[in-house]
Amino acid sequence: MKTRVLTATVAVTALLLGVTAACSSGSSSSSSSSAKPAGDVTLNYWASNQGTSLDNDKQVLTPVLDAFTKETGTKVKMEVIGWSDLQTRIQTAVTSGQGPDVVNIGNTWAVSLQATGAFMPFGTAEMKTIGGADKFVKTALETGGKKGSDLTSVPVYGLAYGMYYNKAMFAAAGLQPPTTWEEMVTDAKALTDPAKKQYGFALAAGSYTENNHFAFITSAQNGADVFDAKGNPTFTQDGVVDGIMRYLDLMQTDKVVNPANAQYDNGSFAVTDFATGKVAMILNQNNADATIASNGMTSDKYGVVAFPAPKGAKTDVASHVAGINLSIFKNTKYKDQSLAFVKYMTSPAVQEQLGKPFASLPVLKAGKAVFTDNAAEAKTFTDIYNNRAKPLPLVPAEDQYETTVGKAMNGLFATIATGGTVTRDNVKAAMKTAQEQVAASVG
Amino acid sequence: MAATTAGPASAATPTRPVNRARRRQQGWWLPYALLAPAVVLELIIHVVPMLTGIYMSFLKLTKFFISNWSAAPFAGLHNYQLAFDFNAAIGHALLQSFLITCAYSAIVVGVAWVLGMAAAVVLQRSFRGRAAFRTLFLVPYALPVYAGVITWNFMLQRDTGVVNHVLVDNLGLLNNKPFWLIGSNAFVSLLVVAIWRMWPFAFLMLMAGLQSVPNDVYEASAVDGARAFRQWRSITVPMVRPVNVVLVLVMFLWVFNDFNTPYVLFGTAQPPAGDLISFHIYNASFLTWNFGLGSAMSVLLLLFLLLVTGIYLAVVNRRSQRA
Repeated sequence: MKTRVLTATVAVTALLLGVTAACSSGSSSSSSSSAKPAGDVTLNYWASNQGTSLDNDKQVLTPVLDAFTKETGTKVKMEVIGWSDLQTRIQTAVTSGQGPDVVNIGNTWAVSLQATGAFMPFGTAEMKTIGGADKFVKTALETGGKKGSDLTSVPVYGLAYGMYYNKAMFAAAGLQPPTTWEEMVTDAKALTDPAKKQYGFALAAGSYTENNHFAFITSAQNGADVFDAKGNPTFTQDGVVDGIMRYLDLMQTDKVVNPANAQYDNGSFAVTDFATGKVAMILNQNNADATIASNGMTSDKYGVVAFPAPKGAKTDVASHVAGINLSIFKNTKYKDQSLAFVKYMTSPAVQEQLGKPFASLPVLKAGKAVFTDNAAEAKTFTDIYNNRAKPLPLVPAEDQYETTVGKAMNGLFATIATGGTVTRDNVKAAMKTAQEQVAASVG
Repeated sequence: MAATTAGPASAATPTRPVNRARRRQQGWWLPYALLAPAVVLELIIHVVPMLTGIYMSFLKLTKFFISNWSAAPFAGLHNYQLAFDFNAAIGHALLQSFLITCAYSAIVVGVAWVLGMAAAVVLQRSFRGRAAFRTLFLVPYALPVYAGVITWNFMLQRDTGVVNHVLVDNLGLLNNKPFWLIGSNAFVSLLVVAIWRMWPFAFLMLMAGLQSVPNDVYEASAVDGARAFRQWRSITVPMVRPVNVVLVLVMFLWVFNDFNTPYVLFGTAQPPAGDLISFHIYNASFLTWNFGLGSAMSVLLLLFLLLVTGIYLAVVNRRSQRA
């Protein structure tokens, strides 16, 4: 018996060694062949969903990428990834080391992703190659990484939150667009009529990405930060809890939001409600324009004002510095081509070409807002982006703030929608849980 | 290769006195050779990742080290301490998720077994259209998980779903449209979907088991005056016991580890009531990039399932030896 076991072990070990040897020889031969590309370079590029659908993104980007191939001879293989998957896909790529060459990231993740060390820092030389740091709008570029370090991402599309309102509905009720939170709630109440299935507001109350942004903005209006100077979470402080409570109360006490919105796990549901006249107002980034237009509402039918702060608020922050950045994976075999691609995507011509279909704000100093033909809207968003936007905390744990606080708010909205009551203490308890989760993974 | 050449070489020297024991060993390597591919794949696919996971659970593997695991500092038992600290947020949430999963497993396995058994018994006697029913009942099991569960997701939507349409608009059983995918109802939805997916498997296994029960046993008991329920209790259940033992264990392991159903049904907006343990561990690892903690939770899950399986098999085997 013993000898049998022994021989079996030996046989298995021998086989295993054989297999691993085969694996390693296989991979080494393949890497040696690809180390010397025969003229043909193909970059892998992960694009985020900026247009009305993944297909729409593909249609918009394909001619742009073809032009790049024509110009440089470098081919680009693109994959458009939805927002619900992008973060996980990037994580998996970071963990396995098997990623694309160039990737779009939500700019708020920049510092978190920088901390993984998987992305190429844009040092002085690299920055010069892509056209110099000076070409970018300063606030947009600052989102690219930790302050004082070599950034690991550069901005490509700029976005900001605005409050969209339906002009006809406001006129019919004899209302003016609000300038304070209180006015906004009063207007929303006047425009809410559950019997007619009409509500003042639609919120993406089941989307953790949207919810955490509003936790941040309302906290900022209260003068509170979600992280202290050392990068430790401060979710339980009064300003944050009150800010979240104020936002939740739009559904709970003010009743200007359809409880069904607790299931809106994606911003586009709210935008569709707005474009089809079911609600009078939405809070959305300016890329809502593309979806609104695709639902048949033209840009003269709606107006945009800054998301209002309460009367006497500490700040009038109306948005975070939202947008999309471009990063290059450190282990790319084609660094030069990747840099050339980043330079191309952030060139004035391409920026102008993509500004309209993706409804994005220019990230270049010399850029013009081309995303809308509505001059007033362009002016409002440019003003919000340049003067009333605050960057989300540039700390490594930022992405965990987004998931933990955002998901906690999903749960609170669900409680309200299903007939429960959320008190200030409930919010504080939820924030304490979120804070402990973040602390455990950073500390 | 050495082993195969050694065999014929010894056979080709007949002048040597033949050792009986040795001759019996001719071809001894064949079973190992046949088993080897399975063993190697088992090692590569299961054992090595499992050992890696156990190793990871002792590391402080956060995002700062994720692109270079070897640099992650040793955390000792810290990850386990976090998981077991039920007063703090992480341990408390894990315990809650564990309890939900226990309730979920017990109910799903129980109901699926009852439904499967009932259908198998009913379809044991041949009648017209039996094959059609058998096929029909297997549909939920044959459907791809994603296709089946995403359809439930559509059906359970509050405003546009067919479930509320039937309950509220058509039958008027409820006044307000309830939410099925958020809040506490989410648990009920999860149960319904999981049972729908699981019971055909119980049906299939039990139906196969029933084929081996000879008909004359039933006839003999009928002569003795046994009615249907008595027949089922005294003949059917004991006769399909070997199938049942495996079936219940396999179903329990599958259901307890279920990831697909909550993941597809709830998407990124999973409600606390539907927070099953596999999904919870996935979130603990991927949402916070804390793979060390996630691995520690996985190891605890593994230990728990090993313990349950061990006790179950010990109890079941002892009983079968006694009988």
